[in-house]
Amino acid sequence: MTGQAMQGWLRADGHKGICNTVVVAYLVECAHHVACEITCPFEGQDVHVIGFPGCFPNDYAQGMMEALCTHQTVGAVLLVSLGCENFQKRRLLEAIETSGRPAHLISIQDAGGTRASVTAGRNWVTDPIRQIANVPKAEMTPADPVIGTICGGSEATSGIAGNPAAGRAFDRLVAEGATCIFEETGELIGFEHVKAEGAVSPELGDALVETVQKAVRYYDTMGDGSFSQGNAEGGLSTIEEKSLGAYAKSGASPISGIVKPGERPPTAGLYLMDVVPDGTPRFGFPNINDTAEIVELIAWGAHAVIFATGRGSAVGSAISPVLKVCANPETFARMGEDMDVNAGRVVRDAAGLDEVDAEIRDKLVALAHGSRTASEDLGHHEFALTSKVFEPLGPACLQVAG
Amino acid sequence: MAMDKPARQDPLVTNDADNIGVSKRSAAAGSIQQVGTRQVTLETTVGMGHKVALAPIREGQDVMKYGFPIGVATCDIAPGAHVHLHNSASRYTVIRDRESEK
Repeated sequence: MTGQAMQGWLRADGHKGICNTVVVAYLVECAHHVACEITCPFEGQDVHVIGFPGCFPNDYAQGMMEALCTHQTVGAVLLVSLGCENFQKRRLLEAIETSGRPAHLISIQDAGGTRASVTAGRNWVTDPIRQIANVPKAEMTPADPVIGTICGGSEATSGIAGNPAAGRAFDRLVAEGATCIFEETGELIGFEHVKAEGAVSPELGDALVETVQKAVRYYDTMGDGSFSQGNAEGGLSTIEEKSLGAYAKSGASPISGIVKPGERPPTAGLYLMDVVPDGTPRFGFPNINDTAEIVELIAWGAHAVIFATGRGSAVGSAISPVLKVCANPETFARMGEDMDVNAGRVVRDAAGLDEVDAEIRDKLVALAHGSRTASEDLGHHEFALTSKVFEPLGPACLQVAG
Repeated sequence: MAMDKPARQDPLVTNDADNIGVSKRSAAAGSIQQVGTRQVTLETTVGMGHKVALAPIREGQDVMKYGFPIGVATCDIAPGAHVHLHNSASRYTVIRDRESEK
């Protein structure tokens, strides 16, 4: 695979998607079941369910759904509404149609209930599957890939093997001209001043410290931090220790900017995504689970997400593939079928990092040539989206070079 | 697990400034951990990835890993002791051991 270019389906906006997925999106929990039923006959094909469960309007969720439904991986979208929810469905439909994708809206109340909606939905999905198969493919340049990284099920091996392996891959990708994103300001706690030194400007460094301090305040109000029982069982004792290990997954490239979920980066480089809401804490924890974070990375434009785990995660994601890098050799021995890359050898031999990075590179390229991740093979297409509130980015967060 | 001879292991030390090592494998109580010329004997069995004190750490002193303080000792820690929630704490967020809570 070495040297082979990635390729993707060329969308009207110029972005290239490495998958060609039909999304069936419910716009309130009341339409969730119908959306799932619509996709049943298409099992094994790239027809994924996403959605927003809330009935109350939320600008963040609206923006996330617009970003996800016009993601370069998505070829066509079916929206499933109950009918009376507060989601701005016409606005979403328009955004998708404007992007040049086949799109359709079904309202369960108008269609005559569950069975009629399921039938209408299945009938509609059949056509775009044929249509989008004709979307032309184009070779990707090294500047095209947008890659996210997340760690979950973290433990001590994550900080020694999995996250450094992801970091090595990020350093290489950024050097090649790609765009990379890391997240979880809650996991820079205790280490924000060190990471801020890697920012491209002192003002951006200050903004980074402020986003982490916001995370400290937010988690204090919630009464709990980004630290789980499994973290402790795996040998991690403090959030600082977890942060130091987690920080390694972003590599050593300078940080070009801070972004918020749903926004695309203006230039290539390494970005921190601020996932903690602004203002008075509302709506609970910033991200209720790993999946909510993966979805934010994808909404930001990620072609694929590198997921470093130690305890072992089973998840994949709707829309973009999740490449799982397992840091713990014992975990890999137990649940290797759920993993894509075994980074466990690095625990006992740090020299293994380059080999692991080469494997990550080859697997990413292969994904753009029709290969599938372990989680995709196992049918994982998780999705989670909750309500949040964000204010616009400060002026120091994005400083476009030149 | 009874052992005739204590097994020797080389824990991972991520930075010269560290006062703990990371166990590369599960290691039984009584086994010897060696870093350079320094040897410590494990007080208790320690799982893979868990931390072992390589030097005396006084109460209030920093626990050092990756060359950075990852928390403070909440009591005096002897070389060879498991360093974890029972004898160290975060400066930022209280970590609860939920499994041992009633």
